[in-house]
Amino acid sequence: MRRSADHSNPLDRLTRPLVREHGELRPATWEEALDRAAAGFRAGVERHGPDSFGMLSCARATNEMNFVAQKFTRVVVGTNNVDSCNRTCHAPSVAGLSAAFGSGGGTSSYAEIEDTDLIVVWGGNPRYAHPIFFQHVLKGVRNGARLFVVDPRRTPTAEWADRWFGLNVGTDIPLAHAVGREILHAGLANESFVERATSGLDEYRALVEPWTLAAAEAETGVPAEAIRELAHTYARAERAQLCWTLGITEHHNATDNVRALINLSLLTGHVGRHGSGLNPLRGQNNVQGGGDMGAIPDRLAGFQDILDDEVRAPFERAWGRSIQGRKGLNLTQMFEAMEERELRTLYVIGENPVQSEPETHKTTARLRALDHLVVQDIFLTRTAELADVVLPASAAWCESDGTFTNSERRVQLVRKALDPPEGARDDIEIMCALATRLGHDWERPSAEEIWDEVRSLSPMHRGMSYARLAEHDGIQWPCYSEDTLEPSYLHSRLWSKDPVERGEPAPFGIVGHSPPVDLLDEDFPFRLTTGRRLDDYNTGVQTSGFSSPLRRGELLDLSPEDAAKLGIEDGETVRVTSRRGSVLVPASVTESMRPGLVFMTFHFPHQVDTQLLTIDATDPIAGTAEYKAAAVRIERVGPLPPELRREVPG
Amino acid sequence: MDLRLLDEVATDAERDAVDTLLGAPASGWEGGTRQDSDLRYARGGHAARDQRDLLLPALHAVNDRVGWISRGALNHICRRLTVPPAEAYAVASFYAMFALHERPRRVVHLCTDIACAASGSGALRDRLTARLGPPGGHSDGPPDAPGTTWHESPCLGMCERAPAALALEAGSPARYAVAAPATPDALDSLAAAPPTEGSATSVSDAQAPTTARAPADTADTDPSAHGSEHTAAPAATHGCSPDGHAPGATTYASEPLHGGAPEPDPAAAVPDAGSPDHVLLSRIGRVDPLSLDDYRAAGGYAALREALRLGPAGVIREVTDSGLVGRGGAAFPTGRKWSATAQQPDTPHYLVCNADESEPGTFKDRVLMEGDPFSVVEAMTVAGYAIGARTGYLYIRGEYPRALRHLENALAQARERGLLGPDVLGSGFSFDIEIRRGAGAYICGEETAIFGSIEGQRGEPRTKPPFPVEKGLFGKPTTVNNVETLVNVLPVLLMGGPAYAAVGTDGSTGPKLFCVSGGVRRPGLYELPFGATLGDLVEAAGGMPEGRSIRAVLLGGAAGTFVRGDELDIPLTFEGARAAGTSLGSGVVLVLDDTADLGATLARVAAFFRDESCGQCVPCRVGTVRQEESLLRLRSGASPPRSYRCCGRSAGPCGTPPSAAWARPRGTPWSRRSTGSASTPGPTPTAPAPRTPTTHGTPTPRTPQSRATGLRPRRPDDRPRTPAHPRRLIDATIDGATVRVPEGTTVLEACTAEGTEVPTLCHGDTLTPATPAACAWWRWRAPAPWPPPAPASWRRA
Repeated sequence: MRRSADHSNPLDRLTRPLVREHGELRPATWEEALDRAAAGFRAGVERHGPDSFGMLSCARATNEMNFVAQKFTRVVVGTNNVDSCNRTCHAPSVAGLSAAFGSGGGTSSYAEIEDTDLIVVWGGNPRYAHPIFFQHVLKGVRNGARLFVVDPRRTPTAEWADRWFGLNVGTDIPLAHAVGREILHAGLANESFVERATSGLDEYRALVEPWTLAAAEAETGVPAEAIRELAHTYARAERAQLCWTLGITEHHNATDNVRALINLSLLTGHVGRHGSGLNPLRGQNNVQGGGDMGAIPDRLAGFQDILDDEVRAPFERAWGRSIQGRKGLNLTQMFEAMEERELRTLYVIGENPVQSEPETHKTTARLRALDHLVVQDIFLTRTAELADVVLPASAAWCESDGTFTNSERRVQLVRKALDPPEGARDDIEIMCALATRLGHDWERPSAEEIWDEVRSLSPMHRGMSYARLAEHDGIQWPCYSEDTLEPSYLHSRLWSKDPVERGEPAPFGIVGHSPPVDLLDEDFPFRLTTGRRLDDYNTGVQTSGFSSPLRRGELLDLSPEDAAKLGIEDGETVRVTSRRGSVLVPASVTESMRPGLVFMTFHFPHQVDTQLLTIDATDPIAGTAEYKAAAVRIERVGPLPPELRREVPG
Repeated sequence: MDLRLLDEVATDAERDAVDTLLGAPASGWEGGTRQDSDLRYARGGHAARDQRDLLLPALHAVNDRVGWISRGALNHICRRLTVPPAEAYAVASFYAMFALHERPRRVVHLCTDIACAASGSGALRDRLTARLGPPGGHSDGPPDAPGTTWHESPCLGMCERAPAALALEAGSPARYAVAAPATPDALDSLAAAPPTEGSATSVSDAQAPTTARAPADTADTDPSAHGSEHTAAPAATHGCSPDGHAPGATTYASEPLHGGAPEPDPAAAVPDAGSPDHVLLSRIGRVDPLSLDDYRAAGGYAALREALRLGPAGVIREVTDSGLVGRGGAAFPTGRKWSATAQQPDTPHYLVCNADESEPGTFKDRVLMEGDPFSVVEAMTVAGYAIGARTGYLYIRGEYPRALRHLENALAQARERGLLGPDVLGSGFSFDIEIRRGAGAYICGEETAIFGSIEGQRGEPRTKPPFPVEKGLFGKPTTVNNVETLVNVLPVLLMGGPAYAAVGTDGSTGPKLFCVSGGVRRPGLYELPFGATLGDLVEAAGGMPEGRSIRAVLLGGAAGTFVRGDELDIPLTFEGARAAGTSLGSGVVLVLDDTADLGATLARVAAFFRDESCGQCVPCRVGTVRQEESLLRLRSGASPPRSYRCCGRSAGPCGTPPSAAWARPRGTPWSRRSTGSASTPGPTPTAPAPRTPTTHGTPTPRTPQSRATGLRPRRPDDRPRTPAHPRRLIDATIDGATVRVPEGTTVLEACTAEGTEVPTLCHGDTLTPATPAACAWWRWRAPAPWPPPAPASWRRA
């Protein structure tokens, strides 16, 4: 396998710690590396206070690792500046769902996807990006469920669908509001549910009233009749699942998008029942668990609000240290704080923000500006190349015991199958060693001991002993006691007749339309949207090493019409330029695209750095960047000189 | 659906052929021109995937129009039907009648199967080879119509006038011609280069339908037939409704070829047509097969009226009381099948009429469909009513163009008169029939393979259970009945079940059709009540010509068994045949006289099964090859075949492997029962081989005797059988007995030397042992109808 010369093979596992000396990384002993890492953190905290420290935890590692990482941040350092890459995908889903229902998980289970009548996938391509989840969708389809897909592209998921609605990028709210208005006007709202379990219908009615079918067609591009069909089918379905992915959340107004979708389920009562629910599809094996464990700036383990004194109290008692009663910095804010020199030291575990964050140049500059950067990873990533200390870690999924929590909130045991390679160490062991050097004498606990600590602090995990997790092949939260199992779906309380049991009604989200920030104009006439392909995963750190017959490297998908207009042949290299940067990429002409719309992934950052093009406009509530909508222009470049031709990875 | 379509583009003709069947594409996503509306909205999903069953008709549409299926055409079909090209290719390549490489428009199918071979098809084969080159070759024609090609074909179902040949010519419309009996002149006219497509079209355009058809098909029938056929035919042959897919529009009958020899009237296949004793054949030759009025005037549709009076349960009761059993070969009680289907809670229920009559020597269903098509339609309606089906599928083999024409006409007329459709006879019962045309695959006549073929999958048999009555066509409760079985239902209802049961014998009730072919004076279709003997039937067929005697009779077709000429007292009943160790099968009675080359006949049967094995199961796929090899070796006078009995035990879902092996054991020159036939012109019977002396002491070269038991010489470059140096001898214990063999002997060879027979599949003369595991199937799959040998344990001497 040939790779570009400027980058060492990311498949070579790190087995020796590295430290920076005279600007270069050199191998070091564990003792030296740990001492240097600890010293850097100590110096930063002593000089600039605990809030100058930031921790990026890993959504692929175990719950136990994430719990220890946030505990390290809150106890050893004493700040709430801990976050993970879920910021770049589903933080808006968590925020939106929490605002409506009080907790941030998907409300249904996989088995219910197989047992529903209508599956609406809105802004997602699970056929490629969530292949396991899509197996459940296919089972549902085989059981007779209809599949509707809302996506600007006619994706492989859409090819499976009974209906595809090709809306304009960033017009999800107008489409959702038009669907809501049509449901209301057709008298298809579930009145008993709306009355019993929701609040704010009148405001919602007023909010959606302008979004007639015609107005929505003008804004979204979806024919009025099709919108009507979507509204009526969703409202009439006895059971319906509304699923979304990053097409909803990677926008500058992502939380609003999520709220707009939740409104539809409130209007029709498609939540809190078996087979009916709302499902954000998580992208990483433990992106749900990372948040559940408190590896986010505003929540403690069990998704408990950090602002609540009563919530913090047991944690403070257990940990013997007070916890700041305010939110820490999220990932996006941390990067901004780096620029303003407020954040001086950063501890990155299993993350690669250089290649996953928008605007690579900016990200790199910010990381370079840090006083002290420690990267703990299994590979020497682009981010690790910038570090002061690099600590070789173990791979969570096969080299450590613990638990993962999947998209359906199911906590499952992970069992260690392999020892880490000679020289690499377990994440938790490394953190304990650092904590010890920073004055907290942490013995290396077993995974089960950590989990039992989680259970003692998080009510919703309380009933999940390792024995029980093994017995049930995983348990979905909440699980309050060792004697009971809760229903597989959340929020059944909303259907209760008893107002006390019903609790807080779910409010309609009063959210307005806000088009993408990066405007199209004569110079940048194409809408670039980004996403995933089947064989590759995120920045390719873990997938590029596997060969695939389907992989063609990075491509710019564009429509046959645009290709003809610009005189671009399939496979020809073109220049794509946004207001922020420019890349060369081979074109792929495909009918799944329509004129004016182009698509790229960010799986091959060594070949084409797509994040040079994207915009870092972010959602103010959740901090997610608008990866899905950039304005670009496309130019032919003619034949490339040989030195610029890159090998296709894999 | 995950579709990775090909880059090839269909030609206009291919596109038109498919779109004529399926209707114009509704959007760019479905193969039309990409429009603005396609950029924002697409339909698909369930509705798109549910069209999969139109794959076979779509392949036919292209094959009929241009003569072969190009990648571009396949791609267009795949896009229209949401089928992955690999799957569509798997289906297209399953059928013998489809070509996936360009070939001439006209294809002559020369039947070289057992009946035709016994009637001289060999000379015709030589004639075609001389004229067109070897099979698959073609004469030179004008560049845009490069002549004609030909193939050897399995039985064309025209055994009563063997030898037979069928020419199919692609075009719009597709055309066909039959030469049977195929005289050299008639064959030459089939093999002539077809006119260029343009001129053919212009001829057909220039001629009114009446004249277009006059020279061929109906020339010899009652003139009144012309009018009735031609009024209905346009609806049937071009009757695609604007929305594309009306029931009955999934087949398009071809037109007779210009200048082809006129085909004899269907009734010509029934030598004693008009006999007052006929029940099933009573209308053949007496009514116009194209006229519903004529059919009704002869008592047609009285049975349906009776059925509607009785109600579904009443119909099933009558059929059960009648004792009617299936006539396709398996003899399953029809009433039980119907009742089991009717009781299934799952809906909808389906009826499948199995008209894929492909058993060599069988032509009864063809005669019924050609000569009395309305009776098939009426009987299907009755069956559909009884089992609670709204849709019936009539699956007809692809080599029956005239039967297809007559059935299409019958369906169109029945629909027009309200005998099919949403409200049959004003009863509220809704029923319609779709015809599906096979494409040359014997296995599709198997009752579960037929489902796959109709559904647009490969026609591979499925494991049972679940049985078709539970999960059949499209996974729903289904009754599959043979044409003859269904037609029997009409007299059952008209006579009443008990009265019908009084005909025939206790174990076999009712009348039975027999397809008599071969050396008798008057081959043809005969109807006799059960109980007559084989001798009676031969006599009815005129007996043997002067100076000829019966050498053997093949009963039941290729999947049946041979009986000797002195066994004519076998009663033609299910129980009588069973007692005599044979079976009636589909009613084939192929009489081989004393000039027949039995060895060649057997080899042809073996070749047939080798060709028609669907390939799904190893025992059949490999075993049929081994069986043919054995027979060919035997014919060439080489050592007699090793027993491949394992091939004859079913390890798969269908009955083909046992059937394939069944034809051999009885009555063959080398079976024990036929040792008396000294005048055999075939291979000399081999005396039973003596038990092999086990090798003791120094190894000796193989003797002829030891070869006879299956220890055969190998190729010279194989391991030396006579080593330069004496090899060590080792003792092997087999079933408790010790045998001493040279080192390096295989277990199989040791067992054979010891006298223990080990059935093998993958062991062949031309093969050196590579892995012993390939035969493992029989150990745990077959329920040991023969004692599997105990494993051999080895001990070094």
